[in-house]
Amino acid sequence: MDLNETPAMAAFRAEVRGFLAEHRDAYAAGAANDLLAWQRLLIAQGYAARTIPRAYGGYGAEPDILKSRIIAEEFIAAGAPRGIANQGVSMLVPTLLEVGSEEQKTRWIGPTLRGEIVWCQGYSEPGAGSDLANVQTKAVEDGDDFLISGSKIWTSTAHLAQMMFCLVRTEPDAAKHEGISYVLIPMAAPGIEVRPLKTMTGASEFNEVFFTDVRVPKDQVVGGRGRGWFVANTTLKHERGMLGDPNATEARLNALIELMKSEKVEGQRVIDNPIFRDRLMQLQGRVLAMKFNGLRLLTSQLSQEPAGIAGLIVKLQGCELNHQLAALAIDALGELGILYHDGPHLRARGSWQRSYMFDLGLIIGGGTAQIQKNIISERGLGLPREPKPAAA
Amino acid sequence: MDFALTADQKLMQESLARTLADASPLDRVRAFAGDLADKGADVWQALADFGLAGVAIPEAHGGLGLTLLDAALASEALGAAAAPVPFLGVVLAPLALMRGGSAAQQAQWLPKLAAGEVLAAAAISEAVAGARDGAGVTAAGGKLNGKALFVPGGLVAGLLVVADQAGGLHLVRGDAPGLTRTLMPGIDETRRLAELTFDATPAEPLGGGPELLAGLRDAAWVLLAADTLGAAQAMLDKAVAYAKERRQFGRVIGSFQAVKHLCAEMAAELEPCRSLVWYAAYAFDAAPAEATLMAAHAKALTSEVGRFVARTSTEVHGGMGITDLLGLHFWFKRIGLNRQLLGGPERVREIAARIQGLAAA
Repeated sequence: MDLNETPAMAAFRAEVRGFLAEHRDAYAAGAANDLLAWQRLLIAQGYAARTIPRAYGGYGAEPDILKSRIIAEEFIAAGAPRGIANQGVSMLVPTLLEVGSEEQKTRWIGPTLRGEIVWCQGYSEPGAGSDLANVQTKAVEDGDDFLISGSKIWTSTAHLAQMMFCLVRTEPDAAKHEGISYVLIPMAAPGIEVRPLKTMTGASEFNEVFFTDVRVPKDQVVGGRGRGWFVANTTLKHERGMLGDPNATEARLNALIELMKSEKVEGQRVIDNPIFRDRLMQLQGRVLAMKFNGLRLLTSQLSQEPAGIAGLIVKLQGCELNHQLAALAIDALGELGILYHDGPHLRARGSWQRSYMFDLGLIIGGGTAQIQKNIISERGLGLPREPKPAAA
Repeated sequence: MDFALTADQKLMQESLARTLADASPLDRVRAFAGDLADKGADVWQALADFGLAGVAIPEAHGGLGLTLLDAALASEALGAAAAPVPFLGVVLAPLALMRGGSAAQQAQWLPKLAAGEVLAAAAISEAVAGARDGAGVTAAGGKLNGKALFVPGGLVAGLLVVADQAGGLHLVRGDAPGLTRTLMPGIDETRRLAELTFDATPAEPLGGGPELLAGLRDAAWVLLAADTLGAAQAMLDKAVAYAKERRQFGRVIGSFQAVKHLCAEMAAELEPCRSLVWYAAYAFDAAPAEATLMAAHAKALTSEVGRFVARTSTEVHGGMGITDLLGLHFWFKRIGLNRQLLGGPERVREIAARIQGLAAA
């Protein structure tokens, strides 16, 4: 155990701080208005797309987990936007780098990094949720093209996206996991219909997408025909890590502490109520444990050693913890916590209420809590899989 | 940035686990539990030969001069083996001597402690967890009067570190006149607790003030957390092994999601505790400003998770889980003691809040 920073890393941290101080005006006021310009600046500086090769539009630095972490920490501390971190950047780009053709990398990665192309993810279907390999959206050969028919669900940003990376069944006669291909589909293609899917938060964070004979050239398949299941699995790892990010959880804990210090009931601060205080301390202990679990994972990555159970639990524990933080915030608000839409007494624009509901979706999405427990018990503890039911 | 154990530490963990497997298998634990005349001297000797007696003592005084993280790893191994060894005093007494003892006191005691010739215990429960049943010790004119409860190793210790009601600390010899020690029969049969009565008992004061007591408390919290971590990991491992063997309805029970999810939940709760215990131990030596907060959270969280793992592992074992024959209860009860000793989670978390300015002092 040695958590001291080397002089080289301290210097790098100072450099990031200097950049953020210099451009505070740009992001404090303007980044939200011109996210694409901010993104271009971050790429040029190496604070976004850091390790993506220059040939594909990235900054081209050697992978350095510590520097990446320092960038993340300093941006959070400064309250500066990290630039574009949509599913295209976080899931498609790593996939293309790993298994894409040269033509696919050259064509898609640069515009995706610069935010010129927004992607959505077409994985889940009404009949393929936890059992993702059961996707039924079919792609039928027609000359040099596929004709795609079927539907996807839980597709966030489908209404904004120009492109979708999608799992479709290209080989109907192959075994379940071997008949799937990973294809890139333009959302403007004839035969695609996007319908917003309104959730319990009141917003339409997701969509349903329907395909009727959508024509896609065969060279839009990534990683080879019938290899889609394995291609998708390489990126699901990235998504699960993103969903349990301990830095985001710590920021939320700090907001909760401030809330409990500022909210008063008949003149008494919520934090001065010993029951609420103890609930807060219980969650603080858990947040700290996950934070240090994150440092341990980082060290495992640095030394290229398997992280084992410490890595498998992040999605399950991190999402649960976020949900519990929101739950305590609502209880701390008490009757104020039942307000939601704009009104004079609403706190934090209803963000705690929204998180409490939205985060329940994150416990379910990206592999449900129950699927996570299967993964932990099977891959982490070596317990046997559920036996397949005998054919009826 | 290196959040991991060193190669030396991993080696120490492995060889200590082997030493304990030889010196303190379940049969040996059971024999100790069943016989009050059994002082566990052979187990202690094996650990002293290993060097554990000197883990927290500087090399100049004959010890290994290691950190609290090393001591915590040892504590974890003792918890995993449910070893009948009172370990807290082995770390706390040298710490008290190094931080609050005179050169003469250090020279008098540390080499004997390091060699394992003298076992030490710390009587700080009243000062840390709050006094029960009117216990408490007063100091005046080099003499102690009163009672100290819940002292692990207090029956056999040759040296006692005793907190008085004002927060001062004192050294008392095990054979001092006016000292009476009686067993407090407890739930955990692997570590015996003593009630100490002082009647004008001669004592030497230690220096160091309130920070000394706070340091002993923080170190003790980390060691108890590590003991629970080891005991809970042992219970999880036993549950998983049992779930892979035990068959019902024609299948091993570990293939039922109802059972495997219990195992996954234990692992998911316990694994982050390991990182927190490591960091709390590291902070004790390397980041003193954070030491109390981290020690408190380590103690409280492992207590909560330890209770969950103890009952869940027992359930996974079905009816066998509650039998004396299986012996799982030794770990169950050990985790129970670690939870309450030197403050249960509610009390410890209140201190965590206080030091952050979130609760009135």
